[in-house]
Amino acid sequence: MWDHEIKAMASTHAIITASVFMATVIPAVFVPGFSVYGTHLLWVYAVSGTVTCVSVAIFWLLGISPPTKKHTLGYKLSRLSRSCLYFFLSCLFFYTVVVLYGAPLIESALETFSLSVLLTSLTTLRCLCVLGPNVQTWIRVFSRHGAMSVWDTCLQITVACTLIGAWVGAFPIPLDWDRPWQVSSSHRKPTYSDWNQWTFELLFSFHHLQPV
Amino acid sequence: MKGTRVLSLLLWLCLMYFVGIYLFVGGFLLVRMEVNRTSTCGDILEPGDGSGDFCGSQPRFRRAVLIIIDALKIDFARFDPSNTAPRPYENKIPVLEETLSSRPLQSRLYTFRADPPTTTMQRIKGFTTGSLPTFVDVGNNFASSAILEDNLIQQFGKTGKRVVFMGDDTWESLFPKKFHRSLPFPSFNVKDLHTVDNGILQHLYTTMMGDDWDVLVAHFLGVDHCGHRFGPDHPAMADKLTQMDSVIRSVIDRLQNDTLLVLMGDHGMTDTGDHGGESQKETDATLFLYSPSPIFPAPLSQTEPDVVPQTDLVPTLALLLGVPIPYSSVGQVLLPLFSPHGQTGSAVGGLSQLEALWINAKQVNRFLETYSSMAKDIPPESLSQLQQEFSRLSSEYLLTARESRLPSSHLVSALQAYLTSVRDICRATWARFNPVKMAAGLVLLASVCLVCFLMSELSPALMREKTAGLLAPLVVALAVGACAAAAQLLTRGYVETAWCLAAGAFSSEILFFWRVSKASKLSRWLVLRRLLTPPLMVPLLRCASLLSDSYVIAEGRVITFLVLSLVIYIPIHLNWNGLLLPPSPDPLKSAGKESGILLACLGVLIGSMYLSLSFHGCREEQGFCQPSPFLSPLSRLQDSQLKNLYYILSVISLGVFAYLLRHCLCHYGNLNSSGGAVFTARWILPLLSVCLALHWAVSATPEDSFRKLSELIRLAQLALPRAAFCLLGLGLCLIWLDPLTVFVKARATSSSRSSAPALPRYRASTGISPQAELRHLIPQIYHRMRRSLEDGELSGGIEADNRPTVEAYGLGTVYSAPVLLFWGMLGVGLLLLHPEGMALSFLLLLLEMGALLHIHASSVNLSGAHGASTGGFTVPWAPIVVWSLAATQFFHATGHLPTFPSIQWGAAFVGFPDGHTGTFLPALLVSLNTFASHILFAVGCPLLLLWPLVREVRGSRGGRACGEEGEDAVMEMRLRENPEQFSSALLQLSARYLFIHGVQVFSSVCAAAILRRHLMVWKVFAPKLMFEALGFLVSSTVLLIGVTLVLRVDMAVSRWFKRLIPDAAR
Ligand SMILES: [Zn+2]
Ligand SMILES: [Zn+2]
Repeated sequence: MWDHEIKAMASTHAIITASVFMATVIPAVFVPGFSVYGTHLLWVYAVSGTVTCVSVAIFWLLGISPPTKKHTLGYKLSRLSRSCLYFFLSCLFFYTVVVLYGAPLIESALETFSLSVLLTSLTTLRCLCVLGPNVQTWIRVFSRHGAMSVWDTCLQITVACTLIGAWVGAFPIPLDWDRPWQVSSSHRKPTYSDWNQWTFELLFSFHHLQPV
Repeated sequence: MKGTRVLSLLLWLCLMYFVGIYLFVGGFLLVRMEVNRTSTCGDILEPGDGSGDFCGSQPRFRRAVLIIIDALKIDFARFDPSNTAPRPYENKIPVLEETLSSRPLQSRLYTFRADPPTTTMQRIKGFTTGSLPTFVDVGNNFASSAILEDNLIQQFGKTGKRVVFMGDDTWESLFPKKFHRSLPFPSFNVKDLHTVDNGILQHLYTTMMGDDWDVLVAHFLGVDHCGHRFGPDHPAMADKLTQMDSVIRSVIDRLQNDTLLVLMGDHGMTDTGDHGGESQKETDATLFLYSPSPIFPAPLSQTEPDVVPQTDLVPTLALLLGVPIPYSSVGQVLLPLFSPHGQTGSAVGGLSQLEALWINAKQVNRFLETYSSMAKDIPPESLSQLQQEFSRLSSEYLLTARESRLPSSHLVSALQAYLTSVRDICRATWARFNPVKMAAGLVLLASVCLVCFLMSELSPALMREKTAGLLAPLVVALAVGACAAAAQLLTRGYVETAWCLAAGAFSSEILFFWRVSKASKLSRWLVLRRLLTPPLMVPLLRCASLLSDSYVIAEGRVITFLVLSLVIYIPIHLNWNGLLLPPSPDPLKSAGKESGILLACLGVLIGSMYLSLSFHGCREEQGFCQPSPFLSPLSRLQDSQLKNLYYILSVISLGVFAYLLRHCLCHYGNLNSSGGAVFTARWILPLLSVCLALHWAVSATPEDSFRKLSELIRLAQLALPRAAFCLLGLGLCLIWLDPLTVFVKARATSSSRSSAPALPRYRASTGISPQAELRHLIPQIYHRMRRSLEDGELSGGIEADNRPTVEAYGLGTVYSAPVLLFWGMLGVGLLLLHPEGMALSFLLLLLEMGALLHIHASSVNLSGAHGASTGGFTVPWAPIVVWSLAATQFFHATGHLPTFPSIQWGAAFVGFPDGHTGTFLPALLVSLNTFASHILFAVGCPLLLLWPLVREVRGSRGGRACGEEGEDAVMEMRLRENPEQFSSALLQLSARYLFIHGVQVFSSVCAAAILRRHLMVWKVFAPKLMFEALGFLVSSTVLLIGVTLVLRVDMAVSRWFKRLIPDAAR
């Protein structure tokens, strides 16, 4: 049982990692001028879209989500709509947090919002898939003794690493190296639109996607 | 309570820090006094010989072209024909060598030796004033960078020479409005190699061909920027030098006979292209002199000097162009440019070598006399020696001149030797880092940080020790200090206080370490493990950020980011430990509410932190930054509607500030008694606020709108702030003298039992519900007190038939109320020194502090509710770190920056609109303004210890230990129950606070020491160091005051108990 779960989790994360890789490579073939560096927004959309689709599909197929008590269509629909609402709210929440951390409120709203979508697809979406739309449970899972299964532990690690990665990604922003990816540094204003942030974040999150 | 021990330990810590900072700064910051006197043409330098000294004879040249190529190292200018494979920076300026060999009487190439600090601004100052500028030239122009000292450019202007300048815009800020014509180009972007140079080249030749100039200054920056960007060993440098070669060629071609060309570098560069230090690679620049007509009486001979100090250019140029030598120049004329005595034939009207030297020596002597009367940093024995030498030389010269005989060459060399020794003494005093002192300061600071950390970890043990044992370290320190002094006296003949202090500090520290290691073995392994917790990672990151100029420039935002991260860490950590949302329904039902409070306060905290970002000022390095509109005083606003809006906003925030303070005191029942502190809270605080609001109104009134009332307005501008100062002083004194805010109600039990159910008359004034009153105002300890009163024999104090039931109102907050009040009074007082708009920022500061205190209290309560408290009153690291970083955050959010131009000088004129006579008062006011947030956070620091007790949830703590709830002490009375724990917690809190500030000082000291060659050292790191060190000084002093206030309250409480229960006094 334990072994089976670990295997399932490892393969899940392998698939998600592969999907991120594909999301980086495939558009390069089809879209002219696509690069992680030049068209970072496009890349971010590709990655978050792929991650969203792939994780929803996998978790649904594997049936990780907690079993529902009722099987009526109405109940399922309300769960789905609640999940969508949570997804959207989480995007707004991350947007607010990033703004509070120093990103400009309006000026580069698109970049900030895509960051929050990416963060959501890497954190909240996972919670939704694994734990269902129940905030109380989410809060419980993120405590020392809250993890009940391998999936919970894995969730703890990936979410923490994603957030820490995003946090660390802000550090090179004030440096005046005048590199192209430090777009905002000439304004000396931390905006969170730099691709290095994605790299950091992905690096951090995917490094820890290995099974525990 | 062992108050004296806490205070003396803290004082010892602070003194160690001060000695460390003093040592380092003494070795790093070179300080010199500026002499604000100017030379004029008619000056007759003593001993007089009739005619004016300076402009007596016909000048040798009418015009001069000064071409400064920044960082033109001497290696770049030399040409070695035998070098077949030159590096990119070698042999790229052949024009110099060609000129030297084809026209030996018209040109010379020298090594031009700069004095450290070898940074462009200091160098420009150096070769225009002829002095040795240091980082801190103490003069009256701290606010701007303009040179007020007598200098060449000013002298040119005064003698009617038209100076045309083009190039590096540093000149424009150093000599504002001094040029006949000026074409500055931005110099800030080091990556830009060509803007300045191309800008100059567009105008240089046309200007030279024109006739509206006498002195032309062109400062090229390309070579320096190329060095910073690529280093000297790069093809780009070859291109740049080649370009300079062609520039020099074209300039030489366009020169006329009466013109002198001076081509020079201001400093050299290291192999990595940097400069600022004192290695030979950085100091050795190029000096090339040329004129189309012969200027040198003889071709280059062996006896001529090869190295020319940079100070020497000033007297030489001045005498060649016929202007007075600037007053504070310590240079020596370049003799080869003057003809030897007796053969003036070739040089038209020029001075002879001896005459030039004589004028020069007299001028230097005059400067030395003036300087030594102002400052005492030149050793007196060498001064008197120089004085004697000069009088001997002057009598010899006068004798020679009177007898008009040929002077001996001995006199020339003696004058030269005199000038050289003056320069050497000045240089030894002003222009040398002292690496030994710097290293000693670093080591001392590092060790005192360690001591501080150990003390915070071991405070219970230190308090538990039976012997105070503070005498021994003191005696040892004094003895070692005295020994060091004696040793210095024996070996060197004079005593340097810094080293005595250092010796004393080191010895007492070693004693401390020895005793600690003897006392506890555990501490060894505890240290590292405890240092690597997340709350301590944040100050670590902060310290690391001080080592990078970009982070220092963006400090305001960086620190907000870090504080925010740590603030969010607190609830996450609680949740991780399962304390935020308890899984089982809580029996007391307080935890859920507590979490709610915590999250709400988190919201307030984050919100105020975010809003505080909009009060930041701007550094000049931040190109696109707009300073906050609230920073300019209202009187500067033109739009009257906007002005009214801002004024109303400010007054409202001031009102909210005062109201919140009062409300807080009222809520905990501290406003019922009639002591000095309560009087302050009731009357002086509102009055002070009204004073402040009126002062703002008056100072914002435009001068011309009420002509008739102008006298009145002037009077009000003077009187209102002074009244506010007086009120502030009065209030603080009252709080200090009578800090108790406890109201004792003695009520007859039997006779007036009937009146008891009626509401007490003061209840209306507090305006709170009876329930809240019951919860907060009647600490249960008074059940016990009442019993002891009833049982004990009551002597004369209270009549026997009128047996009292005692209720003490506000005893639960007896410690925090005076501290809070003291804090609030200081807050309003400091606001007085700020621009009006900062009232908003101060309100945010209050909100942030309050929210932080509540978060801390809630988290203590939450952990206490689940038995996770560690016991004692220990304040964990996280809130202390946030608290101390918030001090820096609000330093920025009150519009301050760690740069000298951003100091708010207006503060010195609050209440003194006509200026001051002394320097103490303005300095005090300006530093109070600058370090307002440091002061407020430091004085409020004890609140971190007190607040969890104020807001403690009844029955959650301590209830486990004692069976009978009614017997248990509540709120701050628990501090009195455990005096030892109280003092150890207080010591720990202060030591931790000092540790975090001390580590920041240490890291900025490290930054200054490591990066002393950095391009930005004098612009970013050295000012940052000064602000950090001064901030530490202020914080630690004020922290000591805050701790003393708490101890003072403790004393007062003891006395009060003694009076109340004469026998059972505890
Ligand atoms: Zn320079
Ligand atoms: Zn430079």
